[in-house]
Amino acid sequence: MSYLEHNIKTIPSGWRKVLFVNWALVLLLTAVAGVGFMMLYSVAGGSMTPWAEPQMKRFALGLAAMFIVAFIPIWFWRNVAAVAYLASLILLILVEFIGTVGMGAQRWIDLGFIMLQPSELTKIALVMLLAGYYDVLPVKKVSHPLFVAIPVVLILLPTFLVLKQPDLGTSLLLVMGGAVVMFAAGVHWAYFAAVTAMGAGLVGGVFASRGTTWQFLQDYQYRRIDTFLDPASDPLGAGYHITQSKIALGSGGWTGRGFMQGTQSRLNFLPEKHTDFIFTTLAEEFGFIGGFSLLGLYALILLFCLSAAFKTKDRFSSLLIIGIAATFFFFFALNMSMVMGLAPVVGVPLPLVSYGGSAMLVLMAAFGLVQSAHIHRPRGR
Amino acid sequence: MKPSPRDTAESKRKITRRGLILGGAQLVFMGGLTFRMRYMQVEQADQFRLLAEENRINIRLIPPTRGLIYDRNGLVLARNEQNYRIVMVREDVDDVDEALARISRIIPMSPEDLARTRKELKRRSPFVPVTVADRVTWDQVAEVAVNAPALPGVSPERGLSREYPMGADFAHVIGYVGPVSDYDLSRLEDPDPVLQIPRFQIGKTGVEAKMEGDLRGSAGTRRIEVNAVGRVIRELSRAEGEQGADMQLTVDAGLQNFMQARLANESAAAVVIGLDKGDILGIASAPTFDPNKFVRGISVADYRALTENTYRPLASKTVQGTYPPGSTFKMVTALAALEAGVIDPDETVYCPGHLEVGNRRFHCWRRGGHGQVDLNKSLEQSCDVYYYDVAQRVGIEKISEMARKLGLGTRHDLPLSAVAQGLAPTKAWKREKRGAEWVVGDTLNASIGQGFVLASPLQLAVMTARIATGRAVTPRILKSIEGIEQPSGAGVDLDISPAALSHIRRGMFDVSNARRGTAYRTRVVDDALKLAGKTGTSQVRNITKEERARGVFRNEDLPWERRDHALYVCYAPADDPQIAVAVVVEHGGGGSTAAAPVARDIALRALHDDLPPLEAYPANQRREVEERFDAMDLMPPLPKPSPGRSRA
Repeated sequence: MSYLEHNIKTIPSGWRKVLFVNWALVLLLTAVAGVGFMMLYSVAGGSMTPWAEPQMKRFALGLAAMFIVAFIPIWFWRNVAAVAYLASLILLILVEFIGTVGMGAQRWIDLGFIMLQPSELTKIALVMLLAGYYDVLPVKKVSHPLFVAIPVVLILLPTFLVLKQPDLGTSLLLVMGGAVVMFAAGVHWAYFAAVTAMGAGLVGGVFASRGTTWQFLQDYQYRRIDTFLDPASDPLGAGYHITQSKIALGSGGWTGRGFMQGTQSRLNFLPEKHTDFIFTTLAEEFGFIGGFSLLGLYALILLFCLSAAFKTKDRFSSLLIIGIAATFFFFFALNMSMVMGLAPVVGVPLPLVSYGGSAMLVLMAAFGLVQSAHIHRPRGR
Repeated sequence: MKPSPRDTAESKRKITRRGLILGGAQLVFMGGLTFRMRYMQVEQADQFRLLAEENRINIRLIPPTRGLIYDRNGLVLARNEQNYRIVMVREDVDDVDEALARISRIIPMSPEDLARTRKELKRRSPFVPVTVADRVTWDQVAEVAVNAPALPGVSPERGLSREYPMGADFAHVIGYVGPVSDYDLSRLEDPDPVLQIPRFQIGKTGVEAKMEGDLRGSAGTRRIEVNAVGRVIRELSRAEGEQGADMQLTVDAGLQNFMQARLANESAAAVVIGLDKGDILGIASAPTFDPNKFVRGISVADYRALTENTYRPLASKTVQGTYPPGSTFKMVTALAALEAGVIDPDETVYCPGHLEVGNRRFHCWRRGGHGQVDLNKSLEQSCDVYYYDVAQRVGIEKISEMARKLGLGTRHDLPLSAVAQGLAPTKAWKREKRGAEWVVGDTLNASIGQGFVLASPLQLAVMTARIATGRAVTPRILKSIEGIEQPSGAGVDLDISPAALSHIRRGMFDVSNARRGTAYRTRVVDDALKLAGKTGTSQVRNITKEERARGVFRNEDLPWERRDHALYVCYAPADDPQIAVAVVVEHGGGGSTAAAPVARDIALRALHDDLPPLEAYPANQRREVEERFDAMDLMPPLPKPSPGRSRA
């Protein structure tokens, strides 16, 4: 094998690993989750139930998962990338048959102790596989059409399955996450230009197919797009979310209305106030300063990830971290754009803040991978 | 394959470079988000603060104003009357039960009303106002307003509700509106959001129901500011919906009023059709009911009284009721025979009072017979045997074909409830529906409008109109929608030979004017207003041989529901036809005695556009007629405004 073996002696092992954990990142993640607990406590009307307490338990579980993943050497994760990808594909197919329908979509598998959302797992597995793929592929062949086609297929396979569920938000995240890894691996610019053009064509196709029997999206998804383009068209239906979300956000002002003082979210103006629209509560109660602080925390997390990516010596680790960071970025960027009325309501939670088990666990495990790459990188003595 | 160190180093540099590009792009996007947030929270903060600081924004639907309905002269038949109601917004109420208890101290509410309100409050979103009490008085509104501090989330609202100023006269035509029921909602594929408004009223019967799409309009929205307890502070913006379309009916309210009054409490129906455009000028079904009671919520006792009445006030007998047309059908048989060329108008048939066909004996209504009968006499004196004889020569198929040509057995497309198709039977029909072969006796019965033949009063009026004009006059009841004139029902030529028609018309003239005509007693003496008609008396039972032997023949001896239906159709004036009239008096006895006098009064009223002139009646009947008119409870003559676009 490669230089990893050669340098193995300089990689921390045993309990020494604890010293090499990126503790600043752990602290940042905990801070963001803490913001989440506070907001969930607030939207429940000043109560730990029904959201804040379970969320804390999940975060503890997530932290444990992160450390377990982090202490397992990164080369193990590289070796199981393909397995993880296949497993997540199988789960995605399985969810078609035995999935539980929630909120009009078939997305969950009930494992008894947790409702598993395979599409969450897929995001990370896809990034792992692509990072592994470019680790093996000789650099010169990266832009060869055949070797570009392979990862494209690998991305589109799960994307198609997720779109069938239907979950537009997650399928978008999959495509963008995969594209980022390809971009970082050095695939030629021209491909991305071409895909962007094709994407525009696809959007056209999606709209053109509307009303026909083979339409791409579900009716409710079309309606959400309609509503995004013209919220006034359905002020008491889907447009209601966007309108009320903007009012909550805007009324926050510089410093907000104070903890537990947000009327918009507390008086049930926002039906999804504890999940997708939780940012509006933060912005309403803590104003621009609160919203900007959360954005700052997110930026710092990205920064730490990026610096970890640059410091690692192997392609797999770098690409994996960049991919995970990008997925994380798309998560909150899409969610915030949505609540600010810049993007259609596609149902993407605010990472680590929104109430939800699967997403939280998977994200923490993903940061475990980042930590693993960070811990197990070769260092000079 | 082992990558060369140079390869690895270069790829690492590339990853770092592209990673930086990605990081930069992400940072730029986050900068954008920050700006957007700053824009909303700092620059637009004043606007949003204003909306949310102590007030909150609500979006409510504005129910559209329902379109008005006018008569042909512009008289309002259905309008929207202002009223007050009390609404409650659940999320603003601390304790729903307590609040309801307080309201019921001001406005008396039955336990059912309270239960319904509670159900409604549970079902709707917390921010949707739910009507607690409807049609409250101004005093009650004032009392609720005074008690506002004790009743957070409760407020009076002004609304419109339907009113029918002509009351019972148009109950079967215009119908009535009522609150949307779950059944109504379940029938619709994509219900209009406006139907979600609590107690929103939609058309339930008649024109109100059939023209619902035009009358309803579309909802507007208003954004309103409400304070911390949910009281409306002010309106922020308002997107007006579209008012429902106003429509004008072809019906003349004055004539309609006269017709209803003339039919009074008989179980009867009358239709008047204008011949030039097929306009239905009057369409009365008696007894009738007050549609306003249904709009306001009819009491159980009142409703039971309507449903248990043997005269069926809720039935719209003009279009829904079908009756054996009896002798009024003879024109159809005669025309079919003339057109088929199987009879000559002057040819006579001997009527001994009955005709043997096979082993059955078919009776003429006159037991002694009519002697030698030609076409004209057969109509004038309504000889049955003549038609038994003729029908065997023409056959049922030709008769039914002529019936359909004249508008019988076909459903006329009118925006009224339960328009019946009637029946012009054929051999194929009997085989399919009754599973039996057509026999010659069926043809004989059909030839005099008995047996399987069924027609509604409307269809009989259409038939008469077509005979009078020779055109396929099609009835219409909508004159215009939003001022746009609806298609005329004048119709095209029926392609019946003028000679045949003139024979029939002469026969009908003699019915009403010749000394031996069956309707001679109800003749008109004014030459300009003479009628040409046909009486009909249709059996609703079979007269058994024993009855015939015993001589049980008098209707008055029978229970009401077994007496004959009385019918009369006519057009007038005879020499220049303007209108066609059909009258059916259910179980009224003879057509000449029960239906013809009614039809004469109605025809003269329609032609004269006021109370019929007494001079038109035979001198010895004038006194009786005058007394009858005096006893009628008619609406006062009204000034006739042109149909305005203004709203009540």
